[in-house]
Amino acid sequence: MKSLEELRQIKEKMQSQVSMRTEDHNHTRVVVGMATCGIAAGARPVLKALSDAVQEQKLTDKVQVLQTGCIGLCQYEPIVEVIIPGKEKVTYVRMNKEKALEVLEKHVKGGKAIAEYTLKENK
Amino acid sequence: MYRLHVLLCAGTGCTSSKSPLVKEALIEELEKQNLQEEVCIVDTGCHGLCALGPIMIVYPEGIFYAQVKPEDISEIVSEHFLKGRPVTRLVYDETIQGDNITPLADTTFYGRQTRIALRNCGVINPESIDEYIGTGGYEALGQVLTKMTPESVIKEILDSGLRGRGGAGFPTGRKWSLAAANKSDQKYVCCNADEGDPGAFMDRSVLEGDPHVVLEAMAIAGYAIGANQGYIYVRAEYPIAVQRLNIAINQAREYGLLGKNIFNTKFDFDIELRLGAGAFVCGEETALMTSIEGKRGEPHPRPPFPALKGLFDKPTILNNVETFANIPRIIVKGAKWFQSMGTEKSKGTKVFALGGKVKNTGLVEIPMGTTLREIVEDIGGGIPNGKKFKAAQTGGPSGGCISIENYDVPIDYDNLIAIGSMMGSGGLIVMDEDNCMVDIAKFFLEFTVEESCGKCTPCRIGTKRMHEILTKITEGKATMEDLDKLEELCYYIRDNSLCGLGQTSPNPVLSTLRYFKDEYIEHVRDHKCRAGVCKALLNFKIDEEKCKGCTLCAKNCPVNCIEGSLKMPHKIDQSKCIKCGTCFDNCKFNAISRG
Repeated sequence: MKSLEELRQIKEKMQSQVSMRTEDHNHTRVVVGMATCGIAAGARPVLKALSDAVQEQKLTDKVQVLQTGCIGLCQYEPIVEVIIPGKEKVTYVRMNKEKALEVLEKHVKGGKAIAEYTLKENK
Repeated sequence: MYRLHVLLCAGTGCTSSKSPLVKEALIEELEKQNLQEEVCIVDTGCHGLCALGPIMIVYPEGIFYAQVKPEDISEIVSEHFLKGRPVTRLVYDETIQGDNITPLADTTFYGRQTRIALRNCGVINPESIDEYIGTGGYEALGQVLTKMTPESVIKEILDSGLRGRGGAGFPTGRKWSLAAANKSDQKYVCCNADEGDPGAFMDRSVLEGDPHVVLEAMAIAGYAIGANQGYIYVRAEYPIAVQRLNIAINQAREYGLLGKNIFNTKFDFDIELRLGAGAFVCGEETALMTSIEGKRGEPHPRPPFPALKGLFDKPTILNNVETFANIPRIIVKGAKWFQSMGTEKSKGTKVFALGGKVKNTGLVEIPMGTTLREIVEDIGGGIPNGKKFKAAQTGGPSGGCISIENYDVPIDYDNLIAIGSMMGSGGLIVMDEDNCMVDIAKFFLEFTVEESCGKCTPCRIGTKRMHEILTKITEGKATMEDLDKLEELCYYIRDNSLCGLGQTSPNPVLSTLRYFKDEYIEHVRDHKCRAGVCKALLNFKIDEEKCKGCTLCAKNCPVNCIEGSLKMPHKIDQSKCIKCGTCFDNCKFNAISRG
C-alpha cells in the first residue's frame, strides 16, 4: 500500500459487498418470487443474475435484491416485483435472466417501467 | 458474488453457545442444497445480545435469528435461503410485529444505541482487512499521514472532547499533547486491553469484532506523539481476541499499513502484542508498563507520569481499547461531529456491558447523558419477574452503586463521580429487591483482596480488614462501632493507597453506606437481611395455621429437615436447616416465612 489511491481501490471493490449489510428504508426493493412454483419456472437464475448485477454495478447502497414466497399467481412465475420508495409497486411476470436485467437497467436505474412485461399487460 | 450474506457471530459469547457447530451444519447444508455459490457465511464479532446466542443475521433482508441450533439449519436453508420465507419461530421476537418482520434498528435494544466504537462489530469479518477497508478503514490513517501535521491531529482529538474510556476519563488529546511535547529518541504507544472488571467485556468485543480499528488508531497516535513502536497488552484469557489481533497485525504488515514508510511517507510504525497473565492490577498504567518490560506487574508512584517517563523510561501514552476505537471516526468525520453527541463535559458515546437483573443482557453503546432509567427500562427491557429496581453497580470493583433516587441522572463521567460511583470501564450490573447491598459490597471487596498486589500496606491489609468487617455484618456478629470503623477505614485506604486499585477499592462500600445505610443497620441491630441473601441471618418458619400439609416442602428439602404427615402442619428442624430457601420457594400457600 503506497498510496491513498490503492486504498480507495480496495474500498470500492469491497464496498458493494459490505454495504449489502445495512438496513435502509429508502432502498429500492427488487423482489423475486422463490416459492416452489417460482423455482420450477426458473426463478433461481433470475434471482442470481439480479443479485450479481446489482453488486457488479455497485448499487447495493441503493438497491436490495430480495426473495419472497408464493405470490399466488403461479402461472405467471417467475415474478419480479420492483418497489421504488414513494411509488406504486410494479409486478413483472414470466421473467427470465435477460428480461430481468432489462428491468434493472430501464426501470430500477432508469426510472421507467417496461409496460409490456408487467402483470397488467399480460393478464 | 453472493446474493445472501449470512453473518454468524464468532465472538466469545456465541462461540461458547456453540456457534462453530452451527457453522459446520450450515456449510454442509448449503452444499447439500447446492447454494454454496449463492450464499456466503461471514464470521463476525459480537452483536451485543449475547444472551440470545448463537446469533445469525441474514442480509440483504436483515433477518435476525436467535439461539440457532445445528438442527434448525436445514429448515432455515430450504425455507429462507432458497424459498425466501424466513423461519419465524427462530426470528428474534422483538422484530416480529404481526405478520411482518421489522428491522433490527427499530427494536428498543438497538434503536436507542449509537454505534461508533462498535460500528463494525457484528458487521464485518474481523479476519479480513479488505472488509475493514470496505467500510472506510485506514482512510483516517491515510489522511493523517498525507495531509495533517502531528499538531493538527492532536488538536482534532483535543477539540473532539474525547476522554479516556478506561474509566478515569482523562482527556485523550491532553494526554497525547503532553507526550508529544517531551523530546526523546524513542517514544511508545500502548494499548490497555487488560480488561479486568468482573462482568465487563466491551474491549474484548472490539478486539474480536474489529481489531484493525485499534491498529489504525495506534498508528495515528504514534504519528501524533512521534512514536514508532506500539504495544497491545491483552490478557491471555482472551484467546479469540489474541488470535484475531495476530491475524490483523500480519495483514496490516502485508499491506504496508504497519512497518516502514507507511503511505509512502517517512513514518514507520509497528505493533507487538504482550500477553498478560490476568492480574487485575496490571490494568493500572504503571503496573501494566512494568509488566510489558518483563518485570513483576506492580504499580509505582506518579509523578513521573508515563507521558514523561513511561515504558522503558521513555515518553509513553497508554489508551484503552474503546478510546482507540473512537479515534479513526473522529479524524474522518471531524471533532465537531463527535462533539455533537453527549453532555457538556463528556462527549460521544460509551459502551456498557449490561448485566444482572434485566431482560436484555449484553453490550450496548449509547450517547453519554442517557439516564439509568432509559438503559434499564428501554434498552434493557426492564427487570424480569415483576421485581423492582433497587440499584445499579457501575465501574466494577472501583465503582459504586447507584440507587433509585438517581435513576434519572444523565450518565456521564462527572455525574457518576458526584453520586459516588464512577464510569469505570463500563460494566453495569442491575440489581433488584433480591440483592443484598452488604453482600454486594462484600463481593467486590473479596475481589479486591484477592487482586491486591501487596506492594502498599493500606491496600494489602486495609482491604482485608474491610472484608472481615463486612463478613461480620453479614453473619450478624457486628456492632454499630464496626460500621464506624468500616467507614473510617474506607477514607484511610482511599487517601493512602499507592495506585488506583487501592484508592478506589472502598467505593463499593462507601456508595452502599451512602444510599443503603438502613440495610447495614438492619443487619447489625436487627440481625435481619431483607433480601434474604445473608444465610446466617435467615430463619424459615412454617405457619401452622396456613400449612395444609401438602408435603411439597418436605419432599423438596435437600437435607430432610422438615417433618410432618399428610394434611397435617409441618415443622422445620432448625438445627438441621441449611437455609437454602427451597421450601420457601416451593410453598403454594405462603405458609413459610423468611426472616
